[in-house]
Amino acid sequence: MTGFLALEDGTVFRGDSVAAEGFAVGEAVFTTAMTGYQEIVTDPSFAEQLVCFTAPMVGNYGVAEGRSESTRAHARAVLMREARGPAWTDWLHERGIVALSGIDTRSLVLKLRDSGAMRAVVVAGGGSVDQAVEVARAQPSMAGRALAHEVSTARPYVYSDAGRTRVAVVDYGCKRSILRRLAGAGAAVTVFPHDAMADELMRFDGVLLSNGPGDPEPLEEEVAVVRELLGRVPILGICLGHQLLALAAGHETFKLPFGHRGANHPVLERASGRVLVTCQNHGFAVAPSDAREATHVSLYDETVEGLDFPLEQARSVQFHPEAGPGPHDAWPIIHEWVEEVAYAKAA
Amino acid sequence: MPRRHDLESICLIGSGPIVIGQACEFDYAGCQALKVLREDGFRTIVVNSNPATIMTDPGFADRTYLEPLDLEGVTDVLARERPDALLPTMGGQTALNLARELALEGVLEELGVELIGAPLDVIQRAEDRELFRTAVREVGLQVPGSRIVTSLDELGGVSLPAVIRPAFTLGGHGGGFVETVDQLHRQVERGLDESPIRQVLVEESVRGWDEFELEVVRDRKDNVVIVCSIENIDPMGVHTGDSVTVAPQMTLSDHAYQELRDAAAAVVRAVGVECGGSNIQFARERDTGELRVIEMNPRVSRSSALASKATGYPIAKVAAKLAVGYTLDEIPNDLTGTTPASFEPTLDYVVVKFPRFAFEKFPGADTTLGTQMKSVGEAMGIGRTFLEAFRKARRSRELDGSETWELAESAHPWFHVELANELQELSLDDLVADDFVRLKRSGWSDAELAIASGTTDDAVRARRRSCGVRPSYRRVDSCAGEVEAASTYYYSTWGEADETPPHGEKPRVVILGSGPNRIGQGIEFDYCCVHAAQSFRRLGYEAVMVNCNPETVSTDYDTSDRLYFEPLGLEEVLSICEREKPEGVAIQFGGQTPLKLARGLEAAGYRIIGTPFDAVDVAEDRERFGALLDRLGVRCPEWGIARTETEARAIAERIGYPILIRPSYVLGGRAMRVCYSGDDLGPIKSPVLIDRFIESAIEIDVDAVSDGRDTYVGAVMQHVEEAGVHSGDSACVLPAPSLAPAQDAEIRLIVRTLAQALGVVGLINVQLAVVEENIYVLEANPRASRTVPFASKATGVNLVDAACRVMAGARLSELALSQGQSLGHVSVKAAVLPFARFPGADPVLGPEMRATGEVMASAADLPTAFAKAERAAGRPLPTGGTAFLSVRDADKQAVVKVAGTLAELGFKLVATAGTAQTLAAAGLDVEHVRKVTEEGTGPTVVDLIRRGRCKLVINTPHGSGARTDGYLIREAALVARVPCITTLSGAAAAVHAIANARSEESLSLQELQERIVHETRAA
Repeated sequence: MTGFLALEDGTVFRGDSVAAEGFAVGEAVFTTAMTGYQEIVTDPSFAEQLVCFTAPMVGNYGVAEGRSESTRAHARAVLMREARGPAWTDWLHERGIVALSGIDTRSLVLKLRDSGAMRAVVVAGGGSVDQAVEVARAQPSMAGRALAHEVSTARPYVYSDAGRTRVAVVDYGCKRSILRRLAGAGAAVTVFPHDAMADELMRFDGVLLSNGPGDPEPLEEEVAVVRELLGRVPILGICLGHQLLALAAGHETFKLPFGHRGANHPVLERASGRVLVTCQNHGFAVAPSDAREATHVSLYDETVEGLDFPLEQARSVQFHPEAGPGPHDAWPIIHEWVEEVAYAKAA
Repeated sequence: MPRRHDLESICLIGSGPIVIGQACEFDYAGCQALKVLREDGFRTIVVNSNPATIMTDPGFADRTYLEPLDLEGVTDVLARERPDALLPTMGGQTALNLARELALEGVLEELGVELIGAPLDVIQRAEDRELFRTAVREVGLQVPGSRIVTSLDELGGVSLPAVIRPAFTLGGHGGGFVETVDQLHRQVERGLDESPIRQVLVEESVRGWDEFELEVVRDRKDNVVIVCSIENIDPMGVHTGDSVTVAPQMTLSDHAYQELRDAAAAVVRAVGVECGGSNIQFARERDTGELRVIEMNPRVSRSSALASKATGYPIAKVAAKLAVGYTLDEIPNDLTGTTPASFEPTLDYVVVKFPRFAFEKFPGADTTLGTQMKSVGEAMGIGRTFLEAFRKARRSRELDGSETWELAESAHPWFHVELANELQELSLDDLVADDFVRLKRSGWSDAELAIASGTTDDAVRARRRSCGVRPSYRRVDSCAGEVEAASTYYYSTWGEADETPPHGEKPRVVILGSGPNRIGQGIEFDYCCVHAAQSFRRLGYEAVMVNCNPETVSTDYDTSDRLYFEPLGLEEVLSICEREKPEGVAIQFGGQTPLKLARGLEAAGYRIIGTPFDAVDVAEDRERFGALLDRLGVRCPEWGIARTETEARAIAERIGYPILIRPSYVLGGRAMRVCYSGDDLGPIKSPVLIDRFIESAIEIDVDAVSDGRDTYVGAVMQHVEEAGVHSGDSACVLPAPSLAPAQDAEIRLIVRTLAQALGVVGLINVQLAVVEENIYVLEANPRASRTVPFASKATGVNLVDAACRVMAGARLSELALSQGQSLGHVSVKAAVLPFARFPGADPVLGPEMRATGEVMASAADLPTAFAKAERAAGRPLPTGGTAFLSVRDADKQAVVKVAGTLAELGFKLVATAGTAQTLAAAGLDVEHVRKVTEEGTGPTVVDLIRRGRCKLVINTPHGSGARTDGYLIREAALVARVPCITTLSGAAAAVHAIANARSEESLSLQELQERIVHETRAA
């Protein structure tokens, strides 16, 4: 069965359908990570997106339950130059994901790079191109969209109850790797919905603001909660969590033309001059800033990759120190934060 | 951290001659390093004995020394130049070993030279098995367990399976793989017997484990970047150089890959590499994920060259910058221009590397692949899928059909699934556009489709094109398109959009490269292609390079205006020409490979720039060439063409034995042999050329450039070994020492006449034989030859540049080339042979070329230059001790003089019966020693050699073959690393050199060439 991707500007890419029949609407984006396809598709930050892999062959090493970053697939569709099955394509099929193989992914990437991420429709099976383009244009832009509530947990739950310190995670679309790293570092972890109240969170030794999909700007209530927490409890923000902390502290966020998605993005740690090779997945970013609190900067476009407010005991990173997928270079960020939180509690 | 300002001058050591395991990749690395160091204002000094390298071109460094890469040679240069630092990480294991020796001997300290890139302690930790094991264990990783055993009592607690490696045996002879205690005991016993020092290494076996390599770069701030992962399709047990490899790795999950990444970074830190590139090899058990660190090279390597070409990330360039103080965030990635070197490459294509072997040249040699590398070259294919890349690489090897490759049973199942489908029978007429796209996307060439459909390449091509199916070209940009890149590095794929830029104003020349290295066609031709690119660019053309050899400088994207990394097949080259619409295609620089495409290119309407293809055809077609020589009144050995054995006999009888038999259109003397009588003829299957074999002639090699009217004779070189030894294996001297002025003048006249008659516009190489008054033309090749780099360096005239200028329309008279030859200066080129890699094959010189590389040395006189060249080739001539002689009857009289000189020099003479008798009869004091096959008591000659009692072996063969006495003698010499000379002319030259060589201060190429210019002016 054939299929196609139609972009809002009318460009069409054709391929073969290798998973669910039907269609998917979302924002077309690409990731340059060469491994970790299952992790990527199950990362809640990819909600409402059609993910194109620049990796030439996807599905080589099959699937495994432990690799999923959440309970389900969040990407709406998967676009590949060459899909390898059957394990991977079956897995996509079972989850109702539309997936195309044989796509000229490089042309698609160059298009998105030059024109920016676009609204798009993927059709697996028959369908009218004109109609698809129309549908693509009819959907709202990612800018201004609050999506955390769609992927967050509905009620709090305990991820791990043993540990030397108690950490609350606010789930805006949290990846399992974050929870795993926290627990691995010795934290007892409780996960809260995106709209958890500040006083509830303040009862913990530390609060981690998780990653998540969409635009941070419309999340005004979440930002207000973060502002309330500031200075009252140690905070670590990751990705969307970083953007929320930035907004709470008066920084600006904006929509990147086509985002940073991959496992090779260099980030400069200003204090040490060291470079971290990081995993990234964000369509919005904190605007470049010379402020002293901007501890990390993208060597790619100078957007703020890390913030630190020592007095408030709050810090954040735009990239994904938990990896999954990607390099483990930044693992210590989570580990050290847990250490600090535990130390502060003891003191 | 910016560049170090306490350093002003840096010396770089090259890797010397091309040998198996160390090829052009270090020229590529050296060139990149020199380029960036000079850009940064450093004074650069380079030492390398290999004249065919680009890095030893006078323009590449401030001072270039073609000196032997041994302690003495490099110490001389360092003492003369007094550099602030030595960079040893660009010249392979040779340079690293030398640096270690220089440091341990105290030379560096004495001269105040700092080791940069890899300090001594790092080299020690990476190279010393024990230190490495300790360093690796300290970071929680493991190396395969091993222990040294000298008796069977020491085998308690050895874990099985294991590998037994006897110490100091050729090709690991006597070693093996064992699974049971019984096998262990038997194999160790055998290994102890085989080992001259009764020592074996018993090592934990990881055979069959998956093998991965990671290319890592680290800077002074401890930033680590993984440039590339490479997966070996052949699992552990086959040397990575002999393995088909793929990048990026295909079979590991993110979790497993990140584990490897972490381990690689940990090893680099543990060994302490602070500023440079390293290669780390891992074995990984597929099911348990257990890891073993196999080895680590704290330098650029063959794999790093492959990784650079695979990703576009210039590892050597970055490593050189790191060595002088920069950090990764400060170095721009020049493929993208916008991202820093700390941006790890990400690929949106797949790269496969295929090795190329040369077993057909070494009959008798064991062709089983193991832990010792045996391949002589490699080809790389780039495609959007594994299969596309795999099949491109596979056909890039340009085989004659003899080499097969089978996927190992134990290879990862993923590869078995990918490679499960072979091409089914096709009906060309039934194929539509979609079918073609599907087949091409799977990597099938037009030629392969032609075979499957029982038709011709042309028919397939015509049908495919009529369906509108043409390749598109994609950029290699190191970032999968994420940032806009100015890259000019392309590969083809199918069914996608094209990325090549629109045509500019400048005319274009497509330069066809020489493909994978093989014996007979190696770095010399790449040297010519690189120079051609440089020259055409200077002349206002856009140089477009086509090649598929990842080791080379020609496939550095910096070399040309556009690089197409593609197989050198007619299909691919036609497509590139269609895209580029060149003013001309240069076919004369890449050896035989481009010539095979010339006819097809002309037929498609593309112009061959320079010498027309018809001239090549005249030179190659013996009947046309013979007629031409007759017309010109130029003599050649009598000849004939035979299609059957009967015809061959008739011709042989007409022209008289001995005769030389060979197929036409060959390079490197493939299947060439000398027959002394009808008994040697053997079966004749395809048409062969039969020439009268001229014995005891002086062989002459001439390189010249012609503009079609005038001819500039660049070099008249004389071979040291007699006719019958392939020119590529023979040492060669410039100027020719044995030619009388009249002979020299006649040779030049013949070359001029021939070049004009053939219509040569560009390079021509002529081989001649001189017997007393007669000069015979053996062959003429209107293209670049193997000796062009040597001749250019020795004379200071860049012959390729001159060729390009006349190809572009200049007249020779406009070039004002100097008659570049320094009086009182002799240059010698010596061949380097790979016999030690091929136990079982007879290490004797013959008409079939077997050399992998060459060295050059210059001095004020021939003996000094010759002795130095032998030193550079790794065969230093002895100055005393025992010389063993055993020659065939034909050489018996001539050997007396050689032996006499040796005796006068104080050598003790030992010989086998026949030779001893001759020498004794001539009044020489000689001791008789028995052959292995000779009855008697006391040690045999092989015992003497093995025990290191002989310093020189002179042994000319009676016949060759694995079981003759001669073979046993030569093999023993090879194992004991004793110089073994197999021709009498070679022996005479060596003995002359031992007697007359003087010590002489080394001179840089720049100084030598200044001297030539000065002398030319004076004249």
